[in-house]
Amino acid sequence: MAETPELNIDRVAELARIALTPEEKIRYAAQLGEVLKHVEQLKQVNVDGVEPTAHAFSVENVWADDEAIAGLAAADALRNAPAQRNGMIAVPKVVD
Amino acid sequence: MSTSLNAQTLAALAAQLEAGSLSSVELTQAMIDRVAAVDDRVNAFISTNPEDALAQAKASDSRRAAGKALGPLDGIPIALKDVIAVRDQPLTAASKMLKNFVSPYDATVTTKLKNAGAVLWGRANLDEFAMGSSTENSAFKTTANPYDLTRVPGGSSGGSAAALAAGEAVATLGSDTGGSIRQPAAFCNVVGLKPTYGLISRFGLAAFASSLDQIGPFTRTVEDAAMMLSAIAGHDHRDSTSVKTEIPDYRSALLEKKGPWKLGIPKEYFGAGLDPEVGAAIQKAIGFYRELGCEIKEVSLPHTEYCLSTYYIIATAEASSNLARYDGVRYTHRSKEAKSIEDVYFMSRAEGFGDEVKRRIILGTYVLSSGYYDAYYLRAQKVRTLIRQDFLKAYEEVDAILTPTTPTPAFKAGEKAADPLTMYLSDIYTIGVNLAGLPGISVPAGFSADGLPIGLQLIGQPYREADLLAVANAYDSAHDWHQRLPEL
Repeated sequence: MAETPELNIDRVAELARIALTPEEKIRYAAQLGEVLKHVEQLKQVNVDGVEPTAHAFSVENVWADDEAIAGLAAADALRNAPAQRNGMIAVPKVVD
Repeated sequence: MSTSLNAQTLAALAAQLEAGSLSSVELTQAMIDRVAAVDDRVNAFISTNPEDALAQAKASDSRRAAGKALGPLDGIPIALKDVIAVRDQPLTAASKMLKNFVSPYDATVTTKLKNAGAVLWGRANLDEFAMGSSTENSAFKTTANPYDLTRVPGGSSGGSAAALAAGEAVATLGSDTGGSIRQPAAFCNVVGLKPTYGLISRFGLAAFASSLDQIGPFTRTVEDAAMMLSAIAGHDHRDSTSVKTEIPDYRSALLEKKGPWKLGIPKEYFGAGLDPEVGAAIQKAIGFYRELGCEIKEVSLPHTEYCLSTYYIIATAEASSNLARYDGVRYTHRSKEAKSIEDVYFMSRAEGFGDEVKRRIILGTYVLSSGYYDAYYLRAQKVRTLIRQDFLKAYEEVDAILTPTTPTPAFKAGEKAADPLTMYLSDIYTIGVNLAGLPGISVPAGFSADGLPIGLQLIGQPYREADLLAVANAYDSAHDWHQRLPEL
């Protein structure tokens, strides 16, 4: 794995907000190492002066008329909430 | 009688409904009975609601009796991949994360199908959050290929393809990010259409990779695909990437456009890794078009070998961003063990996501992270430009491009599950189309000696689905592969 780009799995899992088990960390690091080795081939492509494509058909400046339209009703928005109180979503205490 | 209802085309069934020789209740009941008879082996559905389906069917029959039928789809049972929202129906994305989720609103395609009178019947299985090529990544069940129950139906829309092939729906919807409609269509002997990016609204589709995702139909024939596309295409103000373009009556366009066409054969799609039986079936299809008077021309898509790498950087980057919304706070699974808000995020995501989803989020997070963005994500976006230009250059010479849909027929369940990279290679002929935003269709093109379906892929020009469907229909209407049903 020496030539594989370093993937600091702890750091990336932290950024992704996923608690990985030690077993998952070992397995994913190995599997993703293979994938990253494969994508190294992109370094062979000459991309000098090539514009990046974010969307195949770029749609720009989409304007909507300034008209009020119905949004999601509160009851619908809360329908799948794992915990709610007084018409709001409840979460563990954020600030002590 | 029941069996024939389960094997007929949408066009034929719509004609019988219109003639009054068939009711929607009868037709819907035939689907319900078929699920009861075969779905314990096929496992195409995550959930069905027979009572609700029959109520919709009854309403359709009443409309028709009153002379108020809403069009050719009125009363037709259609199943949706379990990532497309239908108000008051579950939407799981085949993930524990959304195990108990019930949609609070309709996707735009759902609204359009409801307005067309369709009976929205059943939630089809998929790879979790549409990430996979075999439907083995579902958190709930593994769907089998109706033509060989030991093999996969393809993925990620494997349930949608298998449900149709097994006669459990008249048409279905899937979504295609890197081949997730066309690859399972090829594996299950049905037609699968991925329209041009932006033709169909993505509003109400659980997002995987937003610059690549597109909803599309599975049907028995190209004519049926044209009927479905007319119903679901069109601009939507709720999807800012949806495009304002004229939507023709695709079905009548099939009759108007007769060719002959100039067809491009990209040499890069016929190299190492192509199964000889698949290659032979595609050569036969090329021979068919040649006899029809079409000009067959070799073309080159020189950046083809970079499609897979480009795709896995862009798709996982977008996925890592899109799936950040599943945080345990608002509408998803929340870990019972969580004591702090950080726990809610970290533990709910650890418990809610399966292996492949976690792997892709990790990869996507990595390629977007500080210090790696330029080397991976930005570079992949630039290679994407080159891939797209390859196709557009080919279209200066040809009307459509013809390839195999997949390198091999359906593989065995479990065969590639442990090796993500090998699994990814089964999408090698389909992902370029998504990166370039083009329309592509897979059409049944024969069987291997083992009785496994083979798919022919035709790739069209942006927003010219009418032309693409006409090219595909020329082959499809002259062959009857779809009539070879699985033995279940």
